[in-house]
Amino acid sequence: MVPIAYYLVLSAVLFSIGVAAFLIKRNIITVFMSIELMLNAVNLAFIAFSRQWSQTTGHLQVNGQIFVFFVMVVAAAEAAVGLAIIIAVFRARNTLNVDQIDLMKL
Amino acid sequence: MTDLHLWLIPLVPLAGFLVNGLLGRKFQKRVVTTVALVASLIPLLQVAVIVTKFGSLALPHIENLGPWIQAGSFHADFSFQLDQLTLVMLSVVTGVGFLIHIYSVGYMGEEDGYWRFFAYMNLFLFFMLTLVLAENFLLMFVGWEGVGLASYLLIGFWYTRDAAANAGKKAFIVNRIGDFGVLLAMFLLIEHFGSVSFTEVFSAIAAHPAWQGGFLTAIALFIVLGATGKSAQIPLYVWLPDAMEGPTPVSALIHAATMVTAGVYIVARTHVIFDRSPYALAIVAIIGVATAFFAATIGLVQTDIKRVLAYATISQLGYMFLGCGVAAYSAGIFHLVTHAFFKALLFLAAGSVIHALSGEQDMRAMGGLRQKIPITFWTMTAAVLAISGFPPLAGFVSKDEILYQTFIAPNGGKLLWAIGLLTAGLTSFYMFRLWYLTFFGESRTQTAAIEEEAAPVHARSDTKLVLEAEPQAHPVHESPWIMLGPLVILAILSVIGGWMGWPEGLGGSNWFSRFLEPAVGVLPAPSSPESHLTELILALVSTFVAASGWLAAHIMYYARPELPARLTAQFPARYALLKNKYWVDEIYAAIVVAPVLFIARWVLAVLIDRGLIDGGSLTAGYSAQGLGALVARIQSGNIRSYAGWLAFFAAALLAASYFGWTTHFFLQ
Repeated sequence: MVPIAYYLVLSAVLFSIGVAAFLIKRNIITVFMSIELMLNAVNLAFIAFSRQWSQTTGHLQVNGQIFVFFVMVVAAAEAAVGLAIIIAVFRARNTLNVDQIDLMKL
Repeated sequence: MTDLHLWLIPLVPLAGFLVNGLLGRKFQKRVVTTVALVASLIPLLQVAVIVTKFGSLALPHIENLGPWIQAGSFHADFSFQLDQLTLVMLSVVTGVGFLIHIYSVGYMGEEDGYWRFFAYMNLFLFFMLTLVLAENFLLMFVGWEGVGLASYLLIGFWYTRDAAANAGKKAFIVNRIGDFGVLLAMFLLIEHFGSVSFTEVFSAIAAHPAWQGGFLTAIALFIVLGATGKSAQIPLYVWLPDAMEGPTPVSALIHAATMVTAGVYIVARTHVIFDRSPYALAIVAIIGVATAFFAATIGLVQTDIKRVLAYATISQLGYMFLGCGVAAYSAGIFHLVTHAFFKALLFLAAGSVIHALSGEQDMRAMGGLRQKIPITFWTMTAAVLAISGFPPLAGFVSKDEILYQTFIAPNGGKLLWAIGLLTAGLTSFYMFRLWYLTFFGESRTQTAAIEEEAAPVHARSDTKLVLEAEPQAHPVHESPWIMLGPLVILAILSVIGGWMGWPEGLGGSNWFSRFLEPAVGVLPAPSSPESHLTELILALVSTFVAASGWLAAHIMYYARPELPARLTAQFPARYALLKNKYWVDEIYAAIVVAPVLFIARWVLAVLIDRGLIDGGSLTAGYSAQGLGALVARIQSGNIRSYAGWLAFFAAALLAASYFGWTTHFFLQ
């Protein structure tokens, strides 16, 4: 039985990579992927906790797993909408560099 | 209890005002005239109906329409009161008011703001009738302020003329000073009586015979301040001569017959308070006699026909104050009534003269009008004789009543009487001066010259002279009958109006004083067989004085017309003093107006308004703007910078919670 700490450390590492990539990368597709990475890091933590809690209580606890399904659904929807937006932005501005997509500036 | 629908009396003119004021611009002149005349006729008819029922009423007759203001135990109602004093005032206001409305149809016929004029006139009637009908101080104050407003609007009727606009402002502002006094009087009443109702206050005073002077003097003096403002007495008389910038019917209605007598009315109405304060009464008497004399001396040398009448009005109002000041309230009110007749007549006749001369107001440019405008001449003669105090005309009876009551009053009554008598002589002199200058001697009119040359008629180029009724000079002409009719009626009233108060010393019964007794108290010196001789002698003395005033005017302005110029040359300083009205306007300008303007301009405008208020709000605005600009830099539009902030603060929160700095920690 792998201790929960391993999963959590892995989750934290994945999340941190996601954050770092989100902040550093300029390509909007990469930024998008880093968001997916952060979401999946969180999913991992959910699953780990769900399993841990089932063991502690002695009953099957599926709350965490249900959350994961929600996150997956949202992520899929987000990917669909997000990619559509990216295509639209690319057509309009002919770039995928987030630093140049700053129309909301004051 | 009979219901007289007293509320209709003021409300009908208000309806006239609303109709003409809101829609009059689009009406035909005929419609405006009809609305205005009907709105002023209905109250007159209603008053006539009330007169017929008056004997069977339980007086004072009070009609309460319901509460107006309620605050704790204090309340002021929409309630109207009818007693003898109110009836007298109602008759004067509606009667003279209606006559002047008729006259105005002719006089103002050519004016552009015809509808506006009649709307304002009806508005004035509404407020004036509210003033005299009100049963409490607060409702009376509504009328009191309202007549000031109507007066302001009508003085400034020709608002494109600077002089008229300024005169209107002056009248309003000077009156505000007096109104302040009335307000303070009301506050004192509320503090001491918890009520502003006439009935409640007066019965409270009647229930406490021990109350003498003290706070009653304070209330009385504040009322006097208000009265001096409205009735143009020293020290607040300065607005009335300037008010002559308004159309002549306005001068007749507001600034001679009705509004300016509101001060006398309020003193008579609150006589219960004054009776308890000999000090306040003495002040009223002194103000009255001083104003009467002072204004009469100024009237001696004025050359504008309306200004002479304005000073005559101030002077006659002084007599009314004198009458009230010696506690002879009914004598004061009597003079108010007769004065309304002959002074309205004087103004209307002067208006007819001005009309005849196409707007000329300077008596030096009149003369010789006797044959040209005979009806105006004869009606004016009646008025001049009346105001000068020749028996048996109205002015003689009422003025003599006041002088007689003053003569027998204790504490310096003789001195007041002597000054009053001297003033009567001056009055007679300047009124006959006006009469001679206007109607006798060589014609000095410019139109006369035009007629002789048979030259085409031109508008006068003399800008100094004010064009009033018509912009073009016409040959001298008598006014139409719509103007002469009111003159004739008022002339008859000026002759016979005094007979209702014919003194007992001269074989009468003084019915007028008897009639007013329940409302304003008995005369301080009721007539007795022993006093009849005194009364007779005083009447002879004052007739003699009036006659000598006439004689002096006859010599100076008819027999030897070169005399006034010689006198002027002989006493230049005194002439200048009178001609410049004792420089009172200049003195007020220096000691009152200038400091006020200084404070307004430098302290209020620069320091308070621009410095404190503008400065404060600008500072607030600019600092908010600066802060906003600072914070706005966070919104860079760069998505990665947002993400950076988000990550940074999320990490910071994480760290904080790790070290125990949670909300729980902060809440401790």
